[in-house]
Amino acid sequence: MAKSNKPIVWGLFAAGGTITAFLTPVMIFVTGLAVPFGIMGPEVLAYDRIHDFVANWFWKLVLFGIIFFSLWHAAHRFRITMHDFGVRADRVVAKISYLLAALGTLGAIVLLLRI
Amino acid sequence: MSGKAYIREMPKTTWWLSHSRYRRYVAREVTCIPIGIYTAVLIWGLMRLSQGAAAWEGFIEALNSPLSILFHLVAFVFAVVHTISWFNVTPSAMRVQIGEDFAPGAVIIGAHYTGWVVVSLIVLFMAGV
Amino acid sequence: MSERQVEVEILRYDPETDQAPKLQSYSVPCQEEWVVLDAITYIKDHIDTTVSFRWSCHMAVCGSCGMMVNGEPALSCKSFLRDYPDKIRIEPLAHFPIVRDLVVQLDDFMEKLNRVKPYIIPKEKKSVSDGQHKQSPAQLKAFKQYTLCINCTLCYAACPQYGLVPDFIGPAAMALAHRYNLDSRDGGREQRQEVVATDEGVWECSFVGACSEVCPKQVDPAGAIQQMKIASTVDWYKEHLMPWSKP
Repeated sequence: MAKSNKPIVWGLFAAGGTITAFLTPVMIFVTGLAVPFGIMGPEVLAYDRIHDFVANWFWKLVLFGIIFFSLWHAAHRFRITMHDFGVRADRVVAKISYLLAALGTLGAIVLLLRI
Repeated sequence: MSGKAYIREMPKTTWWLSHSRYRRYVAREVTCIPIGIYTAVLIWGLMRLSQGAAAWEGFIEALNSPLSILFHLVAFVFAVVHTISWFNVTPSAMRVQIGEDFAPGAVIIGAHYTGWVVVSLIVLFMAGV
Repeated sequence: MSERQVEVEILRYDPETDQAPKLQSYSVPCQEEWVVLDAITYIKDHIDTTVSFRWSCHMAVCGSCGMMVNGEPALSCKSFLRDYPDKIRIEPLAHFPIVRDLVVQLDDFMEKLNRVKPYIIPKEKKSVSDGQHKQSPAQLKAFKQYTLCINCTLCYAACPQYGLVPDFIGPAAMALAHRYNLDSRDGGREQRQEVVATDEGVWECSFVGACSEVCPKQVDPAGAIQQMKIASTVDWYKEHLMPWSKP
């Protein structure tokens, strides 16, 4: 039996799980709920404000980290969940999941560099 | 031994319905789907942001649609489920031995929840609450 | 002492005559302080001598009387009838082949346990004249929890991943591998990693946590496996990204 290469993806999964545990609830609240429910004014998500935020190199780096790790976390857990639901084509599921995560990350890098 | 041992097969797709413990586990695992979709929404937002003020306004309008609000409500609940399930298992995954004894689980879990509150407050402060 | 009539359903299987197991019901006059094992013993002694089951110590030490009690893996000697309704269903431990009635085949577990080398592989060869291997209370405490395993295999019956993927080494064997890895006198971790760090080892586990919930000895095999996942991940990155760090 050969040693597994799963540590690569699991390491990212675990890191992503921790980051999403701390950040995702409050981020969903700020970007998706606070304004529609009138808890915060629409100026919070105004173009100039968000643009200045994302244009800052430090927050660019932070956003990249959040997106990268969240995607890998979700992709890896999705792969395991498919197996739990009886989908036994693990290699295919793994390839599609990780490919989507990689594409999303790549897209985020390109967009972040453009802003 | 004569005769043949009997093997009980587990139903490959529906096994998790058989026990509340397994249903709780699956509820935790499927949190990855809304978290993944939410991250895609973030990337979509970055794209609209890079296309200028008008595109961004369109994105904000879409965020205010009933469908978006419903999605974010569901995603919020799942994200909190993920957070709670993640923090609650930290003591057994990483034990901290100080001298002879191990740090009590409640302390390790409590530290995570405290950190969660602090991080959330920082983000809310940055957003301008 | 109060007596209570309890309907006990037992999953029966006779390999010589039965195609599949079937439930058989017994009405048992139970004493207040009885455990499930007492009710089954009563059936064997007074109602039906053909019922087969394993037990030995009757005090949660030997680990042989594990069964599914109302769908939950439990030691029948530790399951008090007062905690159950008037009807209980007893089945052999899930995920194992049924040999006869409540007796299951444990060969697979025994073979896996053997594979993780659950014994001390000394760090250095020492002769008797060199004196004893010393260990501090803190070093002892580092692994003590994982020595409490009684090999009752309730954790295997609770683990859906073992049920779905029978090649999985499984909770108890992993917890015992971890127990010896953590022992300050032991130097066998690298040998155990050949089993632990494979797909069938820690990586088949998805941290359902069921094993730790049913463990009658609070061994927490799930925690042991997560700790080994973290250590194996550190190993992997060291091996592939820091080749100069090799021992």
